[in-house]
Amino acid sequence: MNLHIAAQINSFLAALVLLTAFGMLTQKRIYGLIHLFAWQGLFLSLNTAVVGFVAGKHHLYISSVLTLSLKVVLLPYILHVLINRLRIRKEVETVVNIPMTMMIGIALVIFSYHLTAPIRELSTLITRSTLAIALATVMIGLLMMITRRHAVTQIIGFLALENGLFFAATSATYGMPLVVELGVALDVLIAAFIFGIFFFHIHTAFDSLDVEQMAKLKESD
Amino acid sequence: MMLLILLGVPFCAAAVLAFVGDRKFAAEINILGSATTFAAGVGLAVEVYMQGPMLAGGKFFFVDAFNVYLSVLTAFVSMTTAIFSRRYMRREREHGRVGHVGMRFYHAMFQLFIFAMFLCLLTNNVGVLWIAMELATLSTVLLVSLYRTPTAIEAAWKYFILCGVGIAQALFGTVLLYFAAERVLGEGGEALLWTNLSRVSGSLEPTVLSLAFVFLMVGYGTKVGLVPLHNWLPDAHSEGPTPISAVLSGLLLNIALYALVRCKVLVDGSTHTHHAGNIMMGFGLLSILVAAFSLLRQKDIKRMFSYSSIEHMGIATFAFGLGGPIATFGALLHMLVHSLAKSAIFFTVGHASQMHRSQDMSRIKGLFKGNPLVGWGLMFGVMAIVGMPPFGIFTSEFLILTATMKDAPYLTPFLLLGLGVAFAALFRKVQPMVAGEVPSYQKPMKVAHLPVVLHLALVLIIGFYMPDFLNAWFHTAVELLK
Repeated sequence: MNLHIAAQINSFLAALVLLTAFGMLTQKRIYGLIHLFAWQGLFLSLNTAVVGFVAGKHHLYISSVLTLSLKVVLLPYILHVLINRLRIRKEVETVVNIPMTMMIGIALVIFSYHLTAPIRELSTLITRSTLAIALATVMIGLLMMITRRHAVTQIIGFLALENGLFFAATSATYGMPLVVELGVALDVLIAAFIFGIFFFHIHTAFDSLDVEQMAKLKESD
Repeated sequence: MMLLILLGVPFCAAAVLAFVGDRKFAAEINILGSATTFAAGVGLAVEVYMQGPMLAGGKFFFVDAFNVYLSVLTAFVSMTTAIFSRRYMRREREHGRVGHVGMRFYHAMFQLFIFAMFLCLLTNNVGVLWIAMELATLSTVLLVSLYRTPTAIEAAWKYFILCGVGIAQALFGTVLLYFAAERVLGEGGEALLWTNLSRVSGSLEPTVLSLAFVFLMVGYGTKVGLVPLHNWLPDAHSEGPTPISAVLSGLLLNIALYALVRCKVLVDGSTHTHHAGNIMMGFGLLSILVAAFSLLRQKDIKRMFSYSSIEHMGIATFAFGLGGPIATFGALLHMLVHSLAKSAIFFTVGHASQMHRSQDMSRIKGLFKGNPLVGWGLMFGVMAIVGMPPFGIFTSEFLILTATMKDAPYLTPFLLLGLGVAFAALFRKVQPMVAGEVPSYQKPMKVAHLPVVLHLALVLIIGFYMPDFLNAWFHTAVELLK
């Protein structure tokens, strides 16, 4: 595989990651969101493997497999199970003003390109042009967490944000050292168990996973 | 060796306590584990004091004057908190606020949290520092929601989401840092070692590092609780069990600030400007002012002292940002004395709110007569925290003020305003609680004397006389952070 084609594939996969991120911004059904999240993980994992192959960095294969098993299989599975248990499968969320959110998302992408411009100039890696997309994915994840009201959607936003970070590490530096990658994966796994427990707690205490109801702790006057 | 014990004991204790569960001696095992950790911490400190900074475990761990004093402090406060929590948690159990599973969970997570904090402090790898910081958050999230009340769950959810998002920014900053380091040090784990990074910081790309610092500042700043990233802190610190409030306010905030300062040293070495320092000063000053004015309108006693923690972290951040030997010395001292005083206050607050079965300040009354130790402990603790002489916080705040007058005189009025408002607010709120007659609903109870007395005595002693070894450590740390 010559470098030119590799760079093309890399950009293509990056575009797909960004596309799934935008897809998540508009998706109203929780079920659909989880599928989109799994697709994003798959593109990420493929991208990592391609970069690993081109750059000859074998530890990236491990990261790729790790992403595949954690973000494409395990986390969506856990979310499915939780949703079935809590019987929120059919719940449709009212998302406020999708076109507006999309516009903000586009602005964030432009902002990310602007912010990472100095780094793009310094870098010599074939993946350098995707760093902006990685940062954009992080910010869109953040946007999703701000605009959504449902606990499960917020968590998916959080996980999408984490995908963006992982993507950033692959694009900027061909991945972080293995010990760090493993540690981050472990943290994500622990976080998954914690939010699993949380869903049950919130469900018992508030009878729904709508986080709007959690507004007791405020500054009193 | 000492290092291994320091990290191994909390980790093993967490496993043992998860197994022991809610048996009678779980609290004693907790104390024993923490005491062993403290002994190891002192041992490590003596080693470093005699031989200077050391690398261990194939460069994976690094101990110097800056992190060794924080390690001893962390070990000490977690030991006294374990002692305090024995009786406190037993009473919470009797009151039916925690169940069987809750107690098992509480002890195991307490030790895991201590392990995460030591990993943060002692690791040489900036990436592992991030992982350990996240682990420290994750291990305390479910402790905040231990009582399972709607407000506790809300607080824990906020803590989980906001700190998770915040600290994700720090990971992005770390990626950028690695990007810059890789070009100088080559790739692999070596490029993230702090000792290597600080050696070559002069040749790291300044544009990348200033961008990285913005992300690191937002990320770790969220965990320090700096305004405007502080929204989670008053909730998380006030809704959880009091021993957890004490370690969150007294220890975890320090550790987050430690991570931030470590990163600042690298950025300063690269950019040769006061860019990073200015950002920290801005965040610090804003935190002091906003927290001081928020103190005035608090009704919940633990919430009020959480705001006081924001204020004091603001002071330390401001001083580190200001830089220079006097301010840095003041900031290091401030981290130490604030940690001791604030955890002592939380111990007494825990007793007081148990005696009244309420955290509402209007219900807490007559502590001097009801229980002199709790009353006077709270009074002296507040005197210490607002910076009255002869307590240690007076010394550190005085140093920071002096340095501000010299290096940034135009900021002195703001600093003084913040300190003054905090002083007035805390005093006004505490007096009705300690003075007056004992209300009918106040229940007398046995309290743990040792932790409160020990902490306040140490703060007092440091105010009068700074031990030589502490002085030497601080001076070395000041040199390191220049």
